Amino acid sequence: MTPPPIAVRTATEWLSARARWHPLEIVFWFAAFAAIYLFPARHLILTEIAWLGLFALSLDLILGYAGIISLGHAAFFGFGAYTAALLAKHEIIEEPVLALLISGCAAMALGFVTSFLVLRGSDLTRLMVTLGVALVLRELANRYGWLTGGADGLQGVSIKPVLGVFRFDMFGHTGYTYSLTVLFILFLVARRLVNSPFGLSLLSVKSNPLRSSAIGISVDARLVAIYTVAAGYAGIAGALLAQTTAFASLEVFSFDRSADLLLVLIIGGAGYLYGGLIGAIIFKFMQDYLSALTPQYWPFWIGLALVVIVLVGRDRITSWTTPIRLMAARLNWRALARRSAERL
Amino acid sequence: MAVVLETISLVKQFNGVIASDNVSLQIEKGARQALIGPNGAGKTTLINLLTGVSRPTSGSILLDGEDITDLSTHKRVRLGIVRTFQINQLFSDLTPLETIGLAVSERRGQGLDWWRIVGSRPDLVAEVVEILERFHLTDVIDKRTAVLPYGKQRLLEIAVAIACRPRVLLLDEPAAGVPEEERHEILAAVAALPSDVSVLLIEHDMDIVFSFADRISVLVNGALFVEGTPEEVAHDARVKAVYLGEELVDA
Repeated sequence: MTPPPIAVRTATEWLSARARWHPLEIVFWFAAFAAIYLFPARHLILTEIAWLGLFALSLDLILGYAGIISLGHAAFFGFGAYTAALLAKHEIIEEPVLALLISGCAAMALGFVTSFLVLRGSDLTRLMVTLGVALVLRELANRYGWLTGGADGLQGVSIKPVLGVFRFDMFGHTGYTYSLTVLFILFLVARRLVNSPFGLSLLSVKSNPLRSSAIGISVDARLVAIYTVAAGYAGIAGALLAQTTAFASLEVFSFDRSADLLLVLIIGGAGYLYGGLIGAIIFKFMQDYLSALTPQYWPFWIGLALVVIVLVGRDRITSWTTPIRLMAARLNWRALARRSAERL
Repeated sequence: MAVVLETISLVKQFNGVIASDNVSLQIEKGARQALIGPNGAGKTTLINLLTGVSRPTSGSILLDGEDITDLSTHKRVRLGIVRTFQINQLFSDLTPLETIGLAVSERRGQGLDWWRIVGSRPDLVAEVVEILERFHLTDVIDKRTAVLPYGKQRLLEIAVAIACRPRVLLLDEPAAGVPEEERHEILAAVAALPSDVSVLLIEHDMDIVFSFADRISVLVNGALFVEGTPEEVAHDARVKAVYLGEELVDA
C-alpha cells in the first residue's frame, strides 16, 4: 500500500520544472530581437507592442499571479509617463535609462500607497477602487495644468540619447531596440520572481488566502509587495511611451487604456507571463489591420474576439489558455518522469 | 506536564449570542486531547479564536505563558499553533510537492526569497520528500491537488500542517468524509504524529476519539462542560444526557 520512495533529485527537478526554459520561449525572444534587423519599417508599431507588452506583463503579475483584478492600471502607467516626460522637459535627469528607473520608482511609490486600498474586498470592490484611483489621477493632472500641460498635453519634451550615445529617431529604430531591451530585462526579472518561493506564495494567496495565512504567510504583505512591483513595471511602460514619443498627455491615465489592457491580457491569457506579450502583439496588429480596413469600426471586431475568447474560457476569463498550458506541462512532466526512470 | 497552550475565561459573542462561554482550556506538552460536543457547541468558534481568525470579546490566550490574544493568524503559525481544516483548504492548482515546498520554505523564513528558483535548496527538498513519504503522497507529487483522490487530499491537509512544524496542532475532523477503505490511512497518520507535538482533535466519531485521546474536553453551548480521561467522560452521567441516545463507547 505504501507508495514507492522518491529521489531528492527527482523532486528537485519536478519542483523547478516551472522555471525551465522551453524552446519556444527562446524562439520567441530570438524573433523579437531579430525584428530589429528584419523589419526596420515596422519599428514604430513594434515599439508600441514592446511597451504595451510590458504594461500587460505588469497586470499579469497582479492578476495572473496574485488574483488582483484592476480597471485602473493606467494610473501607474500615466504616473510613470508624466514623471519621465517632466524629468526630460525640465532637464532634471537627461539620460533616459536613469530617468526610466526614477519613473519606475515613482510609480512604485504610488503603487505602495494605493496597494492598501485593494487588500480588502471582492473583485468588484477592487475594480471600482482601481478605477477610482486612475480617475482621480487623471483629474489631478488636468487640474494642475501648469505642471502637466493640462488638456493640451506636455509639449516641448526633448529626449537625449540613450546612455549618451543612441539618439532617438523618427522611424523608431532606437526606440524599438531600447524598449525591447528594457522589456526583456524586466521580463527576466519577472520570470525569476514568479518561479521563486515568493512567486509560489503569491499563487497560494491567489488560490486560497485562508490556507496561506494558516501556513504562516502574511497575505496582506505579499499583496502589497507584488502590487508595488507591478506598479513599477507599469510606470516604466508609461515612461517608455513618453520617451519614445517625447510626449505625455492626459490620455495616459484614461479609462480606455486600463480597459484595453485587461483585454490585451485576456486575449493572451493570464498567469504564464507570455500572455501579456502575445496579447499585445495580437491586439496591436489587429488594431492596425482592422483600422486600415474599417477605420471607424475596428473595436467591433476586437469586441467580438473578446466575447468568443471568454466563451471558450468559460469559467475563468483570465485563463482560456489553461487547457493548452496544462497539456504542455503534462508533456514536459512526462519527459521528466521518463528521464528520472532511466536514471534509476 | 507543562502547559503549552492555555485559554483564560475566553468569551466570544456574535450580536449578543454567546458562542464561547468563559472557556478556560489547557493543553499540555505532548497532549493527545480531544474536543467533542454536539453540533453548534462552539468547537469551530474555539478553533477560530485559538488560531486568530477571530478575536475574543474578552479573555486571553497564552502560549508558554505569553499573551498571544492579539497576534494575527500567520504570526501564531510562526509560533507553532497550526491547524487543519474540516473542509479541505488546499491550493488546487499546486501539486503536493509545491504545496509542501511552500509550507517548508515559509516556515524557514524564506518566503520573501524572490531571486532563488523553487527547489534550489537541497536540504529543503530533502525535508519535503521526507514529509511526502511519511504521508504516503509520493505517488501523486506531480498531480494538481484538485485532481487528487479525496483521501490523498485529507492526508495532504495534515502533511501541510506538519510541514509548518507545529508545537500545538489543531486537527479539525481529519477523517471527515473519507470513504471507509481510505480511512485507516488517515487514522494511521494521525496516530503517528510526533509525540512532542501537542494535539487537540475535534471529532464527531467516538471510535476515533476514544482510540486517540488520553484526555477529553466536552463543549456544550459554548462552555466547557466536562473534562477528564476517556474513562471518566464515558461514564459521566451529564455527558450521557447530552449525547442522549448516542452510544459513547461500545461496551
